[in-house]
Amino acid sequence: MNHEARAPQGALEIRKQLIESSLQGRHRAERVFRAIGLAAVIMGLGFVALLFTTILSKGLPAFWQATLTTEVYFDPAVIKVDARPTPSVGESPQQFRDRDVVWLNRLGMVNWNRIVEDTLIAHLPEAAEKRPLVRTLLTSGERFKLRDMVAADPGLIGQRVQVALLADANVDVWLKGNIDRSLADSQQQLKPEVRAWADELKARGVIRNSFSTSFFVNPDSRSSLASAGLGGAFIGTLYMMGIVIFLSVPIGVMSALYLEEFAPRNRFTDLIEVNINNLAAVPSIIFGLLGAAVFINWLHMPLSAPLVGGLVLSLMTLPTVIIATRSALQAIPASIRQAALGIGASKMQTIFHHVLPLAMPGILTGAIIGVAQAIGETAPLLLIGMSAFVATLPGTPLDQSAALPVQIYLWQGNELRNFFEARTSAAIIVLLALMLSLNACAIWLRKKFEKRW
Amino acid sequence: MKLKKCVIGAAVAGLLAGGVSAAAFARDNIQIAGSSTVLPFASIVAEEFGNALAQFKTPVVASGGSSGGLRQFCQGVGANTIDIANSSRPIKSAEVESCAAAGVKSIHEIKVGYDGIVFASRADKGSFALTPKHVFAAAAAEVPQNGKMVKNPYTRWTQIDASLPDQEIMLVIPGSNHGTREVFEEKVTHVGCDAFPEIKALEGDAKKAACNNLRQDGRVIDIAGDYTETLGRLDAQADAVGVFGLSFYDQNRDRLKVATVGGVVPSLQTVASGEYPVSRPLYFYVKGEHIGVIPGINEYVEFFLSEAVSGSGSPLEAAGLIPLPDSERAQVLADFAARKVAK
Repeated sequence: MNHEARAPQGALEIRKQLIESSLQGRHRAERVFRAIGLAAVIMGLGFVALLFTTILSKGLPAFWQATLTTEVYFDPAVIKVDARPTPSVGESPQQFRDRDVVWLNRLGMVNWNRIVEDTLIAHLPEAAEKRPLVRTLLTSGERFKLRDMVAADPGLIGQRVQVALLADANVDVWLKGNIDRSLADSQQQLKPEVRAWADELKARGVIRNSFSTSFFVNPDSRSSLASAGLGGAFIGTLYMMGIVIFLSVPIGVMSALYLEEFAPRNRFTDLIEVNINNLAAVPSIIFGLLGAAVFINWLHMPLSAPLVGGLVLSLMTLPTVIIATRSALQAIPASIRQAALGIGASKMQTIFHHVLPLAMPGILTGAIIGVAQAIGETAPLLLIGMSAFVATLPGTPLDQSAALPVQIYLWQGNELRNFFEARTSAAIIVLLALMLSLNACAIWLRKKFEKRW
Repeated sequence: MKLKKCVIGAAVAGLLAGGVSAAAFARDNIQIAGSSTVLPFASIVAEEFGNALAQFKTPVVASGGSSGGLRQFCQGVGANTIDIANSSRPIKSAEVESCAAAGVKSIHEIKVGYDGIVFASRADKGSFALTPKHVFAAAAAEVPQNGKMVKNPYTRWTQIDASLPDQEIMLVIPGSNHGTREVFEEKVTHVGCDAFPEIKALEGDAKKAACNNLRQDGRVIDIAGDYTETLGRLDAQADAVGVFGLSFYDQNRDRLKVATVGGVVPSLQTVASGEYPVSRPLYFYVKGEHIGVIPGINEYVEFFLSEAVSGSGSPLEAAGLIPLPDSERAQVLADFAARKVAK
C-alpha cells in the first residue's frame, strides 16, 4: 500500500475514520431503504394474494351447481295442446305470428309444475303426498325450460327424455354446506323433508354438483334464483366494449395525430392539451351525469341501453387514448421522420408509412388498457339506468341490458346471502379474467412489436 | 390517403348524426324503477309476466328508492321515461304536482300488498323483546329524566329496561333516502316518543324536535345502501341491532334473530292481521299516458294483481310480500279498470 506510505500518517488515519464512520451510516441507510422497499412490495403482493385467495375460494365453488339429471316424461295427459301452427296460404306474417302467440300462451298454461312433480316423485315415491313441497327441490324456472323444449320440438310430447335440471338455490346452499347444517329447523330455509330428500338424491347420485353452463349463458333471474346467470351482463359488456373500441380508438388516434404532427404550437393547442390532461383525471361519475343529461334527457336515447353506456365510456376513455397515442408518437426518434422527408416523402406519407406503424404497439397498449379500465367502471353506468334488473338477453346494443360490474353490484345486494355471496365472487372472477386477458393481450402486442432504438 | 381520411371522417360524422336523428326511439317493453323494497317483488312479476305471455317482452325493473323512482316517473311523457314507479309509500301531493307540470296527469295508484319491518340482531346474541318506547329511548338525541329533557345518557340496553339483553346500544337504521325510514319514524320512534308523558305534554315544534332528533354520537347508524349493508354492519359490530325488511330477515334466518315488538313476533300472519305494528303498504304508480303506447302495461297490472301471482300461496307471498285481502285486491283492480287517478 504505497498510498498509505506516502500520505502523512495522522491525517490519513483521521480521514479513514471519518469515512468509516459515515460509511457505516450510509450503508445502514441503504439497507433500511431497501428493506422498506422490499416490505412495500411484499405487502402489496400480500394484499393482492389475499384478495385473490378470498375471491377464488369463495367464487370458484359457484361455477359448480347442484343439478338433477333425470328422465322427464312429457305426459300427453298433462300437456294437452294442438300441433303448433304452421303458416298457411294467404295468411300475412302478422296473422301467423298472432296465431303462434296464442299457441305459445296455451302451452304456457300447461301445468308444468305437475310434470316437474311427477319427475321428482318417480325418484321419491314417498313424496307423492306432498306435491307442492317436492317441487321446491328444483328451481322454479326449470318449468319454463321444459316448456321451451316442447315449444322447440312438439314431438317430445309423450316421450321420455333425459334432462339436466337445476336444483333450487336453497338446496344448492344446503348440499354445499353454505348454511350451518346443525341449525334448528326454525333457522333453516328448507323444510326438514326437503333437506332429507335432497340428501337422499345426492347420495343416490341423482343430484350432482356439475359444472354450471347456465351461470355463463343465462340472464339474471329473481324468480328462479338458481338459474340467475351472467349471460346478459356479459353480452352487455361486450357491446359496450365494441362501442368503446369503435369510437374512442379512431377518434383518439386521429386527434392525437393531428395535435402531435400537424397542429401549430400556439396558445390554443396548449389549452387543448391541458384540457385533455385534465379530462383524463375527471372522476368517472361525472361522465355518467353528463351521459344522463346529454344522451338520455336531451337526445332521448333509451334507458339502460349498452349503446348509451358505450358512448359514456367512450368519452371517458378518449383522453386516455389520446395521451397514450401522443406519448407513443413522441417516442419515435426524429431521425425516422427526417429520413423519410429526406428521400422525398410528403408529411402525410411520413406519418402513415413510417411514424404510425412504429408507434402502433404503444397506441394499442394504451387503447387496450383504456378499454379494460372502461369495462370495469360501475358508477357512470348506474346513472344511465344500467343497474336495472333485466331478465332477457340483449339482442342489440339498443336493448336494455346489465353490465358485468353492475351485475356484481346487484348480486351483492341480493337478499339470499348464502347463495349470492358465492355468485358475486364468481362474477368477480369472470370480470377479472376478462380484464386480465385484455391486459395480457396488451403486453403481448407490446412485446411482439416493440422496437428498440 | 386524403380520400381515406375523408371516408373515416364521414363515417364518424354519420355515426354521430345517426345517434342524434334516432331521437325518437320506440320501446316495446315496460320500464319500471323505484323502491328497493318493491324491487324483488316487481322483478319476480316481470320475469313471470315475460314468461307467461309470449306477445310481450319482459319488463325491466330498476332500483333507485321510492323518491328516486317517482322523480324519474315525473320527468315527463315519452319512451325515454319510465312507465311505472314502485314505491313503499303513497305518492305525495307535491310529487303529483311536479308530475302534472311535466305532463304526467293521469297517475294510477296500485296497492300490491304489505311489508313488515323488523328489528333483528345477530343470531349468536341476546334476544330482544322491544317496544317503541325502548327504541325511542335508545335512539333519541334527548330523553326526559326527572321531568327534564337531558342528553341521551343510555349506553346499554339494560339501562333502558332490565328485561333487555346486556348489550351496547347500537342501532343500524335505513337512511332518509329509504321509504322504510319514514315507517320507522312514524310507527316506532313517534309512537315511542308519545309513550313519555313529558314529551306528550310538549307542543308544536318542541315536540316535533324531541321526537325527530336522533342521537348523533355514533350509536345510531344511517345506512344509505340496502339491507346487505346493514347485515354487514352486524357482522362487524356484534352488539348492533338492525332494521330489516321481513323478507330479508326471512331469507337470512341462519344469521339473524328477530326481535318482538310489543310482544308480537313478526311473521306473514301477524303483519297481515295487523297485530304486528311496524308494517306499511307497498304501491306502484302507473303512467296513464303510456297505457296503449307501451305495449303490455294494462296486462302487467292485471297480471300483478291476479291471485296466482300476488294472492295467498303465490310466488310473491313466498318471497315475503304480505298479500292484500281478496276484497281489497278486487277493489284496487276495479279502480284501475275505471282509471281512477291518484291525487
